Amino acid sequence: MTTRPIGIAMPGAAFRFRRIAALAAAGLALVAASALSLALGARGIAAGEVLDAVLRPEAGNNDHIVVRELRLPRTLIGIAAGSAFGVAGALIQSVTRNPIADPGLLGLNAGAALAVVTAISVFGTSSPGQQVWFAFAGTAAAAAVVAGVASAGRAGATPARVALAGAAVAAAATSITTLLLLSNLETLDRFRFWQVGSPAGRDLDALAVLLPALIAGFTIAAAAGRMLNAMVLGDDLARSLGARVGVARVACAVGVVLLCGAGTALSGPIAFIGLMTPHLARRLCGTDHRWTLAASALLGAALLVTADVAGRLLAPPGEVEAGLVVAVIGAPVMVAVVRRSMVSAP
Amino acid sequence: MTGLGGGPDRLTARGVRMAYDGAEVVRGVDLALRDGEILAIVGPNASGKSTLLRGLARLMRPTVGAVLLDGADIRRRPTRDVARVLGLLPQQPVAPDGITVAELVDRGRHPHRGWLRGSGDDRRAVAAALDATGTADLADRLVDGLSGGQRQRVWIAMAVAQEPEVLLLDEPISFLDVAHQIDVLELLCDLNRRRGTSIAMVLHDLNLASRYAQRLAVMAEGRVVAAGRPAEVLTESVLREAFGLDARLMRCPVGGTPIVVPVRRFRGPAAP
Repeated sequence: MTTRPIGIAMPGAAFRFRRIAALAAAGLALVAASALSLALGARGIAAGEVLDAVLRPEAGNNDHIVVRELRLPRTLIGIAAGSAFGVAGALIQSVTRNPIADPGLLGLNAGAALAVVTAISVFGTSSPGQQVWFAFAGTAAAAAVVAGVASAGRAGATPARVALAGAAVAAAATSITTLLLLSNLETLDRFRFWQVGSPAGRDLDALAVLLPALIAGFTIAAAAGRMLNAMVLGDDLARSLGARVGVARVACAVGVVLLCGAGTALSGPIAFIGLMTPHLARRLCGTDHRWTLAASALLGAALLVTADVAGRLLAPPGEVEAGLVVAVIGAPVMVAVVRRSMVSAP
Repeated sequence: MTGLGGGPDRLTARGVRMAYDGAEVVRGVDLALRDGEILAIVGPNASGKSTLLRGLARLMRPTVGAVLLDGADIRRRPTRDVARVLGLLPQQPVAPDGITVAELVDRGRHPHRGWLRGSGDDRRAVAAALDATGTADLADRLVDGLSGGQRQRVWIAMAVAQEPEVLLLDEPISFLDVAHQIDVLELLCDLNRRRGTSIAMVLHDLNLASRYAQRLAVMAEGRVVAAGRPAEVLTESVLREAFGLDARLMRCPVGGTPIVVPVRRFRGPAAP
């Protein structure tokens, strides 16, 4: 048997170069978006001042205070939440082998929303610091219900059953949320702010609190990359390749809950990032999950921070929340993606 | 137990019964795949062939009995260790969108590989698998864009890259035209001869099965009703019993193996 020279066999050198270039470009996009996020806003601050504010802050300087107290937190939260949504979306799409799966479709956002509304209307919570925990718990509870409903019965949790269970949980949670909101207008007012989703005006302490959850979630995603490469071939093939499908699926579900719960708790539910990012990542980096997960993290963060910056520029002196910007830009982009049949199953 | 020119048993079903939702599909099967042989499992639809294959591949647990790999219960061994010895090609596997041939074949290295990246062994195994299956020219093509025959070759290349000593295939030629059917079977024979891969496959075409397999196992209603050399197994009475088929037998002018000429189907209680 002839053996070809080593090096030609695995995805061509050009392809590998493209993958590295794509990842680097995503990283640069994130750096650029973050820089703009620190530099741009209602108050015009010179670039040099912004740099000083970050590197050599002066206590009484109002420009520095704006950068450090307002712009830096929302940038950090945008990065954290965006990358969490991006990676969570990539995990969900691959584990369920469903290219349109995202935290919204699986009812996780609806679960978080129900928990936050319950917190506001029943427990009278008003501080974002407490809402964080309700959002997180709501996400986890919704995931548990979806997993429980989907795996009931002998057929087990097939991708289709997971999607259907998610849709059912989303519908149920949303209707209860609406019921609570309609019966209490004051709650509606406070909830509206949370619901739109934006990294602005959030609590930076929440990031510190949720950091362990984020780190754990990203670690699970990193460890799952190779396993997912086998899992997307289908359960039978994955098992015969030695993958422990059940274990991997539970681990990924935990990762999704951690990332999605933390992301939603940080910035509110933001649609489309979890849906769009993995498609972009696959388009740029191909099908190897070790690459697409990394790209999803960078692209998700870049998207959310960019949307947040765009929201500041769209309607001065006011702002449009990042969640709205993402939806307004995201919906047409998604339509274009579908029309050009760029949709790819993982 | 050693057999007709074959070596010791590699993969053995011992008193295996299997059921879906309480409905028994495999009803007590004893069957062995011997080292270095090609075994074809044939039988009518719903006779339990594919289910038995899933059991042999440890994808489904027998309700009674056990599957032995090299004499030891397959479920007692870590699944990754088993995957280095035993490969499976399911009936209609689905490739991820946008994956290239080389990447898909590389996925076959999963059980041999560490977390981060492949070794020289992996690259050599993939290159050898592409060569052995005649798919090297397709390496950078997208799997989505291949013809049915090319795609099946690529899937077999993936299984070959896994370097299994025992390879199970579920209806590997059912959706191919006759030329590509021969193509795939020749390829499997080639693997069997050159690498000594022991192969068990579910086939529907009795004539091709008798020509390319050293042994046939005929299943009906969850049991193996006959097993042995094609000439011993393919008889008018076995065809009547297993398929409810009235058939005559001829000799293949190429290989001398039996050729089944169906006459008509028996009606009545014998053929529900």
